[in-house]
Amino acid sequence: MNAIHLGTWDLLAAALLILLDAALSLALRLGVHRQILIAAVRMVVQLAIVGMVLRSVFAAASPAATAAVVLFMVGAAAREVATRPKQRLKRHMNYQISVAVVACAGFATVLLALTTAVRPDPWYAPRYAIPLMGIVLGSVLNAASLALDGVLDGVVRERGRIEARLALGTPFREAIGPLVRSATRRGMIPVANQMSAAGIITLPGIMTGQLLAGMDPMEAVKYQILLMFLLAGASGLASVGAALLAVRALSDERQRLRLDRLR
Amino acid sequence: MSFTPQHGAPVKSASTPLLAARGLSSRFGGPFEFALQAGECVAIQGPSGAGKSVLLRMLADLDPHEGEVLLDGRSSKAMPAPAWRAQVVYQAAEPAWWEATAGEHFNAGQRGFVDKAMGALGLSTALLDTEIERLSTGERQRLALVRSLAAEPRVLLLDEPTAALDPDSVKRAEALLASCLADDMAILIVTHSAEQAERMAQRVFRLDQGRLTTA
Repeated sequence: MNAIHLGTWDLLAAALLILLDAALSLALRLGVHRQILIAAVRMVVQLAIVGMVLRSVFAAASPAATAAVVLFMVGAAAREVATRPKQRLKRHMNYQISVAVVACAGFATVLLALTTAVRPDPWYAPRYAIPLMGIVLGSVLNAASLALDGVLDGVVRERGRIEARLALGTPFREAIGPLVRSATRRGMIPVANQMSAAGIITLPGIMTGQLLAGMDPMEAVKYQILLMFLLAGASGLASVGAALLAVRALSDERQRLRLDRLR
Repeated sequence: MSFTPQHGAPVKSASTPLLAARGLSSRFGGPFEFALQAGECVAIQGPSGAGKSVLLRMLADLDPHEGEVLLDGRSSKAMPAPAWRAQVVYQAAEPAWWEATAGEHFNAGQRGFVDKAMGALGLSTALLDTEIERLSTGERQRLALVRSLAAEPRVLLLDEPTAALDPDSVKRAEALLASCLADDMAILIVTHSAEQAERMAQRVFRLDQGRLTTA
């Protein structure tokens, strides 16, 4: 690959666009100039740190350093999943569910890719493992939080209907079934939309990056297809896992609906 | 005559009540101690928030509780929860519907009973195919009673089942329930109406601040 090297002046030239945004905000009295400037500085600092960390992790090529970065990413994604829904489960069950779902869905798909399709040497090579985990976790985060929110929010809204069925002797699984299905569906729809739009409405970010970095378009497309499959699989696992674990946390051995376990 | 019951086996004799609550309590009230015979109706009265609905929900095993409830001398814990709730049916004050029309809540085997019960309540069977949202509150309440009875419960726990009904419909509902009592069902009914309690129940309990007393 022969990427065109970007120098400091190239970035500074592009940064003029940020100043343009700020100027627009001032001229049109939008009141977002401070926000945009702060966000731009944040973005630059965050990415610079990530770049430096990844450079040293790639150079070290040590399993421990790779594992540390991956675990940090999983933890951050799980925290996001746990805190997004409005309703929370008592005793930090939101967190327990999120960690379990994010870790299982993330590791399962990334390990599959590393051992079958990509096959770097060694298999945990950070240059492959870390970016793969990053993009998979993005989808997992989205799917799991949508499904979790679907159950926790839906169960409050649907309480009457679910308990009406329980009261007539319907088993819990059957009474909660429609809610579990709709919550799981909610988690899986974004990745389905993403797949149908790929290439026509948007050029996926990864592919754009690889094209800019000088990769042959067909090679970039193959990578993108592989990634889409990984994201679809991870989203499915995450949605189903989050919905089922949340429902389990809201029931007990007598098949009751335990809304008292919501905060 | 005396005998030693086998451990764990349900003890059934002429004096075994159909439904019995023993030390039934939760943080919302109790302990409750009472029994219902087959064919008996007991009314529960008391101010709003006294825990009447919670008591019914505990009996149906829909809310966590201490103590036990026995059906024919057999503890609710001794059978799967759905099997218990199919026999001890709880009808909420505002019954919910999960399908688009009332008719979809019944299976083919229940249709004969549903037609008869709707006739007894003065409801046209055309209502079965009407969307739930388009039914009146009173129609929904009577259909909910049909739905509860169609489950063929042995004990029926009713929370204000006729609150939204006109006097004639109340009379019809009470007559239908009386025929169920004659068939050995037991009914526990929460009602604000002292007249209804008097008309239907052999005994009236008063529930106040989580305590049950005989009125």
